Formats: sequence, C-alpha cells, structure tokens
Amino acid sequence: MKSIKILGSGCAKCNKLYEMTNQAASQLEIEFEMEKVTDMAKFVEFGVMITPALVVDGEVKVSGSVPSVEKLKKLIKS
Amino acid sequence: MIWKSEWKPLLWIVSGFLVAFYLPVGIPRFDKAIMEAFHLVKWYAQEHVILCLVPAFFIAGAISVFISEASVMKYLGPAANKFVSYGVSSVSGSILAVCSCTVLPLFSGIYRMGAGLGPATAFLYSGPAINVLAIILTARILGAPLGIARAVGAILFSIVIGLLMHFLFRKEEQEKTAVAMSVPEPEIKRPLWQNGVFFFLMISILVFANWGKSDSSSGIWYQVYSLKWMITGLSALGLTFVLYCWFSIKWWKLLLLIFPVAVLSYLFSSIPMIPFVAGAIGLSIITSTDKDEAEEWFEQTWDFAKQILPLLLFGVLIAGLLLGRPGQEGLIPSHWVNWAVGGNSLWSNLFASVVGAFMYFATLTEIPILQGLIGNGMGQGPALALLLSGPALSLPNMLVIRSVLGTQKTIAFVSLVIVMSTICGMIYGALF
Repeated sequence: MKSIKILGSGCAKCNKLYEMTNQAASQLEIEFEMEKVTDMAKFVEFGVMITPALVVDGEVKVSGSVPSVEKLKKLIKS
Repeated sequence: MIWKSEWKPLLWIVSGFLVAFYLPVGIPRFDKAIMEAFHLVKWYAQEHVILCLVPAFFIAGAISVFISEASVMKYLGPAANKFVSYGVSSVSGSILAVCSCTVLPLFSGIYRMGAGLGPATAFLYSGPAINVLAIILTARILGAPLGIARAVGAILFSIVIGLLMHFLFRKEEQEKTAVAMSVPEPEIKRPLWQNGVFFFLMISILVFANWGKSDSSSGIWYQVYSLKWMITGLSALGLTFVLYCWFSIKWWKLLLLIFPVAVLSYLFSSIPMIPFVAGAIGLSIITSTDKDEAEEWFEQTWDFAKQILPLLLFGVLIAGLLLGRPGQEGLIPSHWVNWAVGGNSLWSNLFASVVGAFMYFATLTEIPILQGLIGNGMGQGPALALLLSGPALSLPNMLVIRSVLGTQKTIAFVSLVIVMSTICGMIYGALF
C-alpha cells in the first residue's frame, strides 16, 4: 500500500499534479491511497518550499514542477 | 415548503429582482459609465493583447519551465549568507512569483525552514510586485517611469522592511525546525548562457514590438522607432535558430513557420500585427505538438493565459465602469478621486497605501484600476504607493500571514508596508 500525498495551496498546477499522479498510480495497478495536503504549516514537515509537491511514503519526489505521467510512474515505483 | 434549503434561491431571486427594479438605466452618468467600460475593453484588446500580453505570456511560461526554482532556493536556505539571502529574496520574486499562489507557501517556507524572518518578509513584499507580467504591463500601460519605479521601489524597500522586521523581532527569532529543506537537484539541460540568449531574444521581441513613437522625428530614439519591426523580426529569426539548435525542434517545422510569416510581413508591411499573430500561432502549434520541454513551455504559457485573461477582462470592465477611460468620468466623480489621492500630499499617499494594503486586487487588475484613477486626477506619487502596497497585501492574505507569523509580527509588517509605500510614493511624487 503506497501512501501518496500532493502538497499544494490549491492552484491550477497542484490540481493538475493530483490528477496526473492519480492517473499514473492507477496505470501501475498498485494499491495506493491519495491525499491532498493544503495546509501550509504541514508543508514544512516535509521540507517542501515550492509547490506543487509529490510525497510518496513520506519521501519528497517532486517539488515545484508537474512531470509527465510516465515520469510519475517511475517516481511512484522507486 | 422547506425553508431551510430554499432560502438561498429565494434570496438570489429577490436581490436579482431588486437590482432589476432599480436598475439605473437612463440616468446619463450610468449609461455613460457602461459605454466607458466597453470602450476601455476595446482599447485594451486593440492596444495591449497581441503585441504585449501574448509575448509576455510566452516569457512567463518560459521562466517557470526553464529557470529552476531550486537553484534560487539554495540561496535562501538556513545556512545561506545573510547578505546574499536579503539580496536574493528581494529580487527573486521576478522569477519565483510568476503565479501569485506560490508567493505565500514560499514565504512560509523561507521563514520556517530557510533564511528567517527578514528575507521572508522582503520576499513577501517585493515578490508580487516584481513578477515579469506585472512589470511589463505596468510599464506598458502606466508608462515606463512608473514601471521602473515600481520595480526599483519594491526591491529597495523590501530590503528595508526585511531588515526592520529582523531588527524589531531579533530577540525572538525562533529556533529553526530541524527539518531540512528538501529541494530536488535541478536537472541541467543546457548551459546558463544559452538560456540567457533565449530569454534575451524573447525580451527583445517584446520590447521592440512595443517601442513607442518619440516626440521628435530625429535622434537615436526615433531611429530605433523607425527600425523597430526590423529588430523585432531579426530577434524572432534568432529565436527560431535558438529553438533549432538548443531545443531540438525539427528544422522543417521552423521553416514552415518562417515562410508564411515572411510572406505575410511582405504583403501587409503596413500592418505588422498580422505577421506577428501568424508567428505567435505558428510558435504555439510547434511547441504544443512537441514531446519534450517545448510542450511543457507551451502548457505553462497556456495556463497563464487561461488564468489571467478572464481576470484582466473583468478588471478592465470594472475599472471602466467606475472610473472611465483617461479623461472621461465613470460612476465615481473625478473630484472624489482628486480629493482622496490627487497631488502628492502626505494624506493622499497615505490614503493610497492604506487602501492598497487592505483591498484585494486579483492578479494584474491593479493596473487598469490605477489607469482609471490616474486619468481622474490621481497623483503619480499615490499611484506608486498603491502599486507597492496593493499586490503585497490584502485582507485575505493578511489572515494567512497571521497564521504563519502570529498577530504581533503581522501588525508590524502591515504597518511597515504602509509607511514604506507612503514614503516611496512621496519621494517619487516629488521627483516626477
């Protein structure tokens, strides 16, 4: 079970990352749960300054960009 | 009847009815204001969209794709040199804050994990004022002096505000949380100078396509004016070359772009807007059908356009309705504007700063509103004061800042912003 979190203040880029990550994770056919984190105080706990960010099992994988679905798949798997 | 759920539509219908019932059509001031709003929208559409906004969107998109935010953030980390971090935080807004929604998370990050209160507040003050789109549009619509003053004022006074905040709260500078900043290592795709050339060419297109006619018909500025389309064209040609060499765009696609643009500029040599539009459309097609970073560039550009154009249209309509075009009156009588923010007194500068600090301006809408105010007699000084305090603060974002900094520091910051913007406005008003 992978825990996937998307950190972002609710801007367009953040929603896009959420959708694309969801797509990537579904294509991988793994078990996962996704969560949107919008509280800025929580960003600090992950050390994220630039949103949107992708956190998989507590590890920051992406910060400040929206990678392609293919790239996201690799990031979620590793 | 279930009033618990039905009161809302009832309220909407009743208020809609009341608005219609008392609609002030036929009253000359109102009718004229409506016309003013449409005139202003038309003027913006004709004068500012194609030559100014379209290239500005491409530049903003390129900044968010090709400039790595991580490479800037390393100067704002906890271990960074204090002098450097103030300098970087005061200017980094120009590339980091292209989207207004990124300003607050970055601010809270710099404060909590990075360089601390001083640089964080410096960033918060200058960031929204000096992003590329804001500077370009201010200079274009309100004139180059005000555009430059806005950038310079925001940068200088952000450092002053940062230092003062640091000084005021030097005792309680909180202990840094143990969490390290996690900034992924940036991928380096091409050397810095190549990106530099790329941005230089795009900015050159923007600047020369918008070069205004000078008053005299001789001298260096007039020379530049008469050659502006030549320079714009050469920059565009250079840009296609850059795209071929460093962005691995296929040569035949670029030839398909250059050829029709060249033909159109020959056929319509008196209407340069036509080849310009053709070029922009061509560039959009090429970049959007690419697989790599060029596609990402177009997507970012498109996102900005989608996000900002409706806001701007709305802002221009409201500004036109309330204030009219320059020299005309809208709903608000000119003498009110003159009374509140005319001239360059302490009162009018202070008034402009306070209003700017509390009012919320959606991205870039402060510009048409200011244009209307200036047209109705607002002084240059108060205009700058409002430009400085406006985007940095608003009632909603004060609440967010308070949740990060606490009440005391927020009050200090808001007061400093108001005082500094007033001073800046007075100095500028006295000079121009």
